[in-house]
Formats: sequence, structure tokens, C-alpha cells
Amino acid sequence: MRLYAAVAVSGFRRHATYRMATAAGVFTNTVFGFILAYTFIALWDERPHLGGYDRGQALTFVWVGQALLAAVSLLGGGFEQELQARIRNGDIAIDLYRPADLQLWWLAADLGRAAFQLLGRGVVPLTAGALCFELTLPRDPLRWLLFLCAVTLAVVIGFALRFLLALCAFWLLDGDGVIMIGQLLCVFFSGSLLPLTVFPGAFADVAQALPWSAVLQVPVDVLIGRYAGAGLAGALGFQAGWAAVLLALGRLTQGRATRKAVVQGG
Amino acid sequence: MALWAHAVRAYLLIAGMWVRSTMTYRASFVLMTIGNCVAGGLDFLAILLMFSHIDALGGFTLPEVALLYGATCTSFGLADLILGNAERVGQRVRDGTFDTLLVRPVPVLAQVAADRFALRRLGRTSQGLAVLGWGVASADVAWTPLKALFLLVTVVAGAAIFCAVFLAGAAFQFWASDASEVANSFTYGGVTLLQYPPTVFARDLVRGVTFVVPLAFVNWLPVLRLLGRDDPLHLPGWVSLCGPLVAVALLALTGLVWRAGLRSYRSTGS
Repeated sequence: MRLYAAVAVSGFRRHATYRMATAAGVFTNTVFGFILAYTFIALWDERPHLGGYDRGQALTFVWVGQALLAAVSLLGGGFEQELQARIRNGDIAIDLYRPADLQLWWLAADLGRAAFQLLGRGVVPLTAGALCFELTLPRDPLRWLLFLCAVTLAVVIGFALRFLLALCAFWLLDGDGVIMIGQLLCVFFSGSLLPLTVFPGAFADVAQALPWSAVLQVPVDVLIGRYAGAGLAGALGFQAGWAAVLLALGRLTQGRATRKAVVQGG
Repeated sequence: MALWAHAVRAYLLIAGMWVRSTMTYRASFVLMTIGNCVAGGLDFLAILLMFSHIDALGGFTLPEVALLYGATCTSFGLADLILGNAERVGQRVRDGTFDTLLVRPVPVLAQVAADRFALRRLGRTSQGLAVLGWGVASADVAWTPLKALFLLVTVVAGAAIFCAVFLAGAAFQFWASDASEVANSFTYGGVTLLQYPPTVFARDLVRGVTFVVPLAFVNWLPVLRLLGRDDPLHLPGWVSLCGPLVAVALLALTGLVWRAGLRSYRSTGS
């Protein structure tokens, strides 16, 4: 446990060193927040209460989405390329005989990274959004705490999905294509383009049942207070369920992959 | 002139080399091209989903938005194909590999532009063209050969404007070596902005992308002219014809910035 805590701390530190990159990311998230906010205003002016959100909630959706973008790696850019490179060049063999579990090691590092991104790239865009637009942010500290729980689960699910994609490199050699498809699915089904409740009919229900909705849609809904009581427990349970399933799948794949691994000599 | 021919030849040679190298993993190339096409298309899918609930966004119908969207995505796709990897300058400055570009007898800009040339980006261009084609066919415009030519010039000039933005972003990396994301807010942010009608945005934002970073010349002003609509800033009509001039001026300006950046480059020494 202490080992993984240390890995998480170093993941945090590693990303904290890129100060200019973080500032640049904050700038970009804020710019995109403004662009999306205006399009949402135009849309919600035409159709108030679209998807069950009022205008303030829709705008909150935009800005919380921008604030979480880096933390939950909505657009990738996490560890998956690095892990694939290690699989491709054979360094994975070194990782495998270390007295640490591969999946837990990378999960710890990713949690550390996410914690930094949440602080470094989340706070400023959300503040900028709250200053320039009327957002529906809760005053109740408990709600913020629940939101943090949902975000943590979202990070774990995002990790578990990308871990599966990264392991494809054991079979495919070059996994960039798979990673890209994974990113597209995540962008579309997480609700980062439009809230999933705006999707038409049964498609909306399917989209909300998929794991990607737990990456963005659920945390935002928890924050803006769409859930209460049993519904809230259900939402967090939905996230926890997907996290468990995906982590287990990753573990199974890891087992098969490492039995398959052929390490070149020389 | 000879120098230009040399630079273009070098660009094509390096680009060709990267194309051959990406063809090694053919399955991945196909996936990435499709992915690139779909990635651009997702934005349009979001617009389609919006229009399943509304008839007009900011007073613009779906075919009109498709025209705006298609024009900007095609321009952006072309610029991204030609110069998109120039953003890797920052990484090269950081890890010291930029030095190798300086000692080769080939213009640095040609090397930077062709670095890791990615043919898969045609995916985005073709998706943009498809939407543009649909917009042209279904928007309420009485097409004449002159208007068609105007649209073609607009797309090319738009690509040139986006190239200038990419080049400025690359030059910026000489001073701020790990801030390539700032460039993203002008390139990707720009293309996202231009996909929507200008009436959606606050007046000051529209002013900014007309007079400060003249992205409005990529598609807003020319397409509004084609649609016979007033632009929200009420500029004189001839302004919307100035896209090519703006593109040339912008390229010249960013070329100077690139040179200044190159001169200020100090190797990491590693």
C-alpha cells in the first residue's frame, strides 16, 4: 500500500513540474468553455429545459466538463501511449518482474496525475466560468464532497478503459488506432459534446447505461443536484459497478497478455 | 525561387518518407484515417443532434450551418495536413533534437512542416468536404460559376489562414517550449468557433476573431456573403472578399515571427 501511495505522489509531482503546459491547458480549457457556453446558450434559448436542464445547469455542464477534461483524460493523453511504448520496445518485461502489480502501479500513477490535473487544470476554468456566466453550483459542502467521490470513480473508470486499450498492444504491436477509437467513444458517450439526456429516445438510455457516461455525465449530474437520496446512491453505485467490472476485465487481460509476452533477447 | 523549389522538394521527400513508414502498420493506418474522419464528424453529429430539437440555431438553418461547418473543416483539414505537425517544435526544442534540423542542408521550416507527416489527416479533410458538399446542395443559394469559384477561393484562403496560425503557434514554441496547448486554442478552438454561426457569440468575441486573429475570413464573412446575410458587425460588403489578401498578409507576418523565433533559438546543449 505504501508503495502505491508513493507511486501516486510521484505521479502528482511529475505532472506538477510542467507549469507552462498546465497554464497553457488552463487557457485552452477556458477558451473552449466560452465557445461551448455560447453555443449552449443559443440552443437553450431555442429550447428551454432541453434534456431536463435549465440554462444555468446546461452552462454548468459545459464548465464542469472543461474543468474535468484533463483529470478524467477525456481526450486521452494519459498513460496509455507510454504503456504501449513499453510493451512495444520490451521494457514491459522489467515492469513484470518488479515486485509490484502492473495494473495497480499504473492506477496509482494515474490517480496521482488526476489529482494534480483536477487542481491545476480544473479550478481556474470553473472559476472563470462561474464569474462570467450564471452557473448552478451547490453551496452545500456535502454535495461537493459527493462530487469528489464521483470524480474519483470517474478517474478509475477512465483508467480501467484505457488500461484495456493499452494492453491491446500485446497483440497489435501498434495500438494508436485502437487508442484513437477509444478516445472517440469516450468523447461521444461521456456527454462532453452534448449531455446524454439530449440524445434522441432509446439511444439516450443506451448511452447512459454505458461506462463512458460514468466518466463525465454522472459526476456533473451529481454536482448540479439531479440526484437525491436513493437516486444518488444508485448513481455512485452505477459508477462503482462499472469500475469493478472494467478493472476485473483489465486484470484478466493482463494475465493473458503476460503469458503471451515474448521478450526478445539482445 | 530556386530556394522555394528546394524547400518544396524537401518537404515532399520527407512527407513521402513518413507516408511509407506509416504504411508499415497498415491496419493501424486505416483505423487512424477512419478515426480522424469520425473525430471531425463527431462535432457535426453534435450539431445534427442539436437540430433534432430545434429548427434554427442563432437564426441559421441546418444547411446554412453545414455550409459554415464544411468550409471551415475543409480548410482546417488541409492546413492540418500540410503544417499540423509544426506544433512538435516545442518537443524538439525541449529534448534537443531540434539541433539536427539546423545542420541539414534543407530549410528548417520544410523539415518542421513535414515532420511525422500524417496522411491519415485526409480523413478530416474528406469529412469536411462531405458536409460542405451537402451544404452546397441543400442551402438556399442560387449557385453561379462565380459563386462556386468564390467558395473554392474561400476554402483555399481559409487553409492558408489556418496555416499561418499553425506557423505562429510553432514559432511561439521557441519562447515557451512546452505550451503547445496555447496554439490549440487558436487552431482547434478556432475551427470549433467557426463551425457555428457568428450570431451565436458575443459581439466582442466576433470582433476579436475579425480584427485581432482574423479567423472570420476563413468562412464567416465569405459564407455570409454567399447566403446573402448581413454580418453581425455590419462591415462594408467588399471586406468579405478580402480573404486571400488577409491570408497572404498573415502568412508574411507569421513568416517573420518564425524567423525571429528561429534566430532566438538557443540549443539545450544536451
